[in-house]
Parts: sequence; structure tokens; C-alpha cells
Amino acid sequence: MAKELLKVTDLKQYFPIKGGMLGRTINNVKAVDGISFTVYEGETVSIVGESGCGKSTTGRAILRLDEPTSGQVEFNGEDLLSLSKRQMRAKRKDLQIIFQDPYASINPRQTVRQVLEEALQIQNVVPKSERDAKIAELMEVVGLGAHQADRFPHEFSGGQRQRIGIARALSVDPKLIIADEAVSALDVSIQAQVINLMKKLQREFGLTYLFISHDLGVVRHISDRVIVMYLGKIVEMGDKKSIFDNPQHPYTKALLSAIPVPDPEPEKKQERIILQGDVPSPIDPPSGCRFHTRCPFATEKCKVDVPELRAEDYMKEGHVGACHYMKEIEEGTHKPNY
Amino acid sequence: MTKATDTLIEEPILEIRNLQTSFFTDKFEVKAVDGVNFAVPKGKTLGIVGESGSGKSITSLSILRLIQNPGKVKGGEVIFKGENLLDKTEAQMRQIRGNEISMIFQEPMTSLNPVYTVGQQISESFQIHQKMSKKEAMLRSVEMLKLVGIPSPERRVKQYPHELSGGMRQRVMIAMALACDPELLIADEPTTALDVTIQAQILELMKDLQNRLGMSIIMITHDLGVVAETCDYVAVMYMGKVVEYAAVKDLFKHPKHPYTVGLLNSLPRHDIDLEDEELQVIKGSVPSPADMPKGCRFAPRCPFASEICRERLPDLEESEDGNQIRCWIYTDEWDGEPEVNVNGERTS
Repeated sequence: MAKELLKVTDLKQYFPIKGGMLGRTINNVKAVDGISFTVYEGETVSIVGESGCGKSTTGRAILRLDEPTSGQVEFNGEDLLSLSKRQMRAKRKDLQIIFQDPYASINPRQTVRQVLEEALQIQNVVPKSERDAKIAELMEVVGLGAHQADRFPHEFSGGQRQRIGIARALSVDPKLIIADEAVSALDVSIQAQVINLMKKLQREFGLTYLFISHDLGVVRHISDRVIVMYLGKIVEMGDKKSIFDNPQHPYTKALLSAIPVPDPEPEKKQERIILQGDVPSPIDPPSGCRFHTRCPFATEKCKVDVPELRAEDYMKEGHVGACHYMKEIEEGTHKPNY
Repeated sequence: MTKATDTLIEEPILEIRNLQTSFFTDKFEVKAVDGVNFAVPKGKTLGIVGESGSGKSITSLSILRLIQNPGKVKGGEVIFKGENLLDKTEAQMRQIRGNEISMIFQEPMTSLNPVYTVGQQISESFQIHQKMSKKEAMLRSVEMLKLVGIPSPERRVKQYPHELSGGMRQRVMIAMALACDPELLIADEPTTALDVTIQAQILELMKDLQNRLGMSIIMITHDLGVVAETCDYVAVMYMGKVVEYAAVKDLFKHPKHPYTVGLLNSLPRHDIDLEDEELQVIKGSVPSPADMPKGCRFAPRCPFASEICRERLPDLEESEDGNQIRCWIYTDEWDGEPEVNVNGERTS
């Protein structure tokens, strides 16, 4: 078994809502509410879910870009949350992040060379004399020309700019890259180029990815394992094949069935489960199973008992779901109420 | 199975001929829409697909004459029910917009007015186009909200846009667009800003309303999944031109233009496992409109491009099955490899 690189235990991220005359905390947005998972060296784990499920917050909390409320984040056996700010900054050499919007995450007043040089300088990865060579190498690695290093970000197209974001993340030789919707803003033809590049870099440099995305097509293509989140909780987790071919949680099933298939006459026509209503507010999430307000299989028990992640005997090793009725639904003894 | 040939028999509700829309800067002219032709058959849905900058949104804005300075519709015809919209006066256009042709935009928050209630905004078109009283219009607005599936419409009608979720706002936009029972609905990326489970609700709603009200729809999107699911016909646009027009089943089963094939192949799918294969990509990126290729617009990125492609622009030609294609490979003048494997099927 590969080595555990990242281990997240009972991570919580609450954002306080201030109000009232004294500006006291009157409530919390429970963006991430007690999640645990492990990422092994060299693999790609994706976190999927809709807006507000807490997937981006999870990525930011791991890097301590927002300080988590509670929980543990172990990286290479070391607890990141107990580090001082200065130690954490040094640690970020090993954990890098790529953001969705390359327009917003790269300083428009710096040339690409300055952007990359700054990263190299802060983490002091290579001696000053070798920096130029390293920058040229990085540019080539991400498929840009070394001669383009003195241009400004606006002189590049969206896809090229995302390559610059990747080059910046790679510049400090990280072990783990968190990619937060890294290809979502790109047109499909460009998106495919960037995905292929990321896979190639993973093979060459032995990188580990935590890939955060709402696009299940991209996720199926890039991941080894998948985590599905809903309203701050993990509802299902497992290897890619199990999640896509044998989803157990009703939310995962609904999510997969809602994606339009680019084929007007698909071979295996899947039944679409249309969920009623919207995602409830994370300020005051539903009791019991958080999905019960929209779940076609929900019972009285779901409104009260919080389901834990667990496996049924027929599920593949490592595949877990948080639903009281996985087995009954699988066997067809528990029917949807619509 | 519907074939594109039916379009010739079915009377089109809208026909666009050689539409040209440009944006002018001090230095040069950007031809955003560069001679576009297509027809929307009555009661059917036409999809317009393309990537950013292909001109799909500008085409729809040109139809409603909503192009603003420095843009200008330079030429062509937009024939709606036998009349050219480009010849209409501004006052006549106001009678058509929101009444006979309606539009829904991508971002409902920016297209709804934040300081009016939802009811006031829907009522407006009843008051303007159907000369209803305020009270009558408000009652009809409640009915419209009910039609688009908003729970407790009597209460919702008095709320402001910020009090609604994204999916609800898009339902309000649809209610507004459908208020005067339009014959043509133009939907510009109506579900792009929404989560997939909400997208499924909205697409279902649009389909259902089309069946009940019998309107025609132009669906502008970059999402090939949405096209496959909602459209009858598709026009694929690239750099201001239609490169392929086909019945939806033909397009997905037998794509002909190398660009269409490239788009379909580069799309990672949630329902197909490529195992460890790489995604096929379209090399390079869309050229700047200021640096328009002389021949076929796609030639610099096309894996099959030959001499003629780089020199001369092919026409959009109708093939035997009634579909249309703009590519030299399918003409007698083709000067490249005699047998080309564009989509896994050999052409000769």
C-alpha cells in the first residue's frame, strides 16, 4: 500500500455570522462539518459536489488559507494545524494550490519571470545563479516557450495563463497540489490540453493531486478515488469505478443522473432522478441526514439519525457511503416515494 | 427519426441569411459574426454551440437588434415570419421583443432588476404588450410563477430577486420571457451558472413548456450534453461562421467537420471510462480575430488541412441528407489525402 501523504481527521470549518447590537456571533455557517479522509502518495483524489458543499473550503482549510475551526490535518505524519505561521509558510513548499481563475490569481503587473522568481525566492529552492535556468525549464515543462517568460499575463490566452499557474505551483517542487476548479473556466478544447498536461506532470514528477471540481466528466478522467460532498459532509467515498458505476448514496445517484450526456441515443439509457428544491442553507442544515429534505428515499429515521460513513458487505474495499438504506435500495426492497 | 431535410418542408419560424455583425476599434474591425446562415423550424429547438468567441451570443443579440456601439449589424437578413427584422423601426422592434421573441440570459441576477419585486417585473410585459391593468397583470404574474413551478407563488410574487436562489431566479426569468406567449424563445446559456441538479430541473421545465405552448427555441450553449438532450438541430460555430449544421442525432453519430469531431473527442465524459488513455485534443488555440486566417478559419488547428484549406474559405454546402457542412474535404476540389479518416469513418 502506498504511503499516507495527507490525512484529514474530523475537519470543521465554521464561519461566524456577526450580528446584533454588540456584534456578537449569532450563528455559524457550517461550511465543512467534520470530514475525514486520506490521500496516498502519487494518487489523484477528487472532491466533487455542488456550490456550497464545502469542497473549496476543504482545500483552503488544508493549506490554512482560512484557519480551520477544529480537526486535524496531517501531512507526511506532521500535524499542520499545530505549526506556527512561519513554519506553515515554509511548509507550503510541499503543498501548492492552483486556482480556478488564472486572471485573478496572477499579479497582472508582474511578468511571468517575476511571478516564478518570487516563488523560487520565497521558498529558496534553487540558488540565485540557477534561477534563470529553472524558469526556462519550468516554461518548457508546462508547454510554453522560454522566450515568453518576459511577457505579462494579459499577453497570454486563458489556457496559457492556467499553464503559468501550474508552472508557479511546480516551481517549488511540491509533493501535493490542490487544484481548485483548475480547468473549469476553460473551453473544452483547451481544457483537454491542460488535463493531459496535468496527468503527464503527475507521472514525471510523482505528484499527488487533490482535485476539487464540480465537473464529473473531468473527475472521472483524472481521478483514482472520488469523495462526494453535500452540505459540508462526505456522503460517499470510494475508488473511481465504484463511484461512477456503482454509486450507493441517493445523492451521488441523483448527481450522476442529472448530467446531460453528449449522446442523443445513449447505449444504456439511465433513468434521471430529478431532485426537488434547492440545497438548504448551511447556516441551519437539516437534522439527521442532511440530504433528507430532497431525498426520494427519506423516512422518519433519516430526519433524526445522522448516518455515518459505512460499507455494506457487497461494496468494494474502501467504498463507503453515508445512508441508512444503501442495502435496501440496492436490493430494491426500499422504494422511492414519488 | 427527424432528418434535416424536413427543415425544407417544415416552415421555418426564423431564417437567418448571411448575417454579419462587426465590432469596430480604431485600428481594425472584428468580424464577430461573419456571414451566418441557419433556419429554426417551427416548434423545434435549434442549438448553437461553440467555444468562447465563436460568435454564438452575438448572433442571438443581432437577431433582436440588441447590439450596441461599437458593434453594428453590417448586413444580411433576419426573416421572422416572412419579415426582415433588420428593416423594422426601433418602435416596431419594441413590439416584437418580449412579445413575439423573448430571451433568457445566463446570469439571472444581472438580468433582473434588484429594486423591483418579481411580480412588478413580470407584470411589466403584460401591461406594455397586452395593455392589462396593474391588478390583472399581477394576477397573471402569479399564474406565470405557478406555470414555471415556483411554490407558493402568491408570496413569491412580492419578493425581490435577492430573496430567491439561483434556480428560482432562472425560473422567474423564464416566467418573464414566456409571459406574452412568444413564438420564439432565445435562451443564451440558460443553465450554465447553475448546479447540475438544478440544471436538470430547468431543462426539464423548458422541455415541458415547449410541449405545452408549442414555441420554437434557440438554445445557445457550450455544453454538448445540453445540446444532445434538448435540441432537434444543431449549428456548430467557429470564429463567426457556422461550420456544420445537422439534425442532432446525425451530428453526434456522424460528425463531419474536423472541428466538431475535435470538440466531441476532447470532452471528458462521466459515462465513459477512457481508462488510461489521453484525451484527444485540438492543437493550439483560437486565433485572435484581428489575425483571422485567410482560408478556412479552422485550418491552422486542423489535423487534415491541406493547401486549399489555407488559401480559400470553403462554402457552407448542403449534402444529400440535408445537413450542411463547411469543409473542403467533402468537395470535389479537395487536394489533400484522397481518403480522410475524420471521425473513424472513411470519406472518399
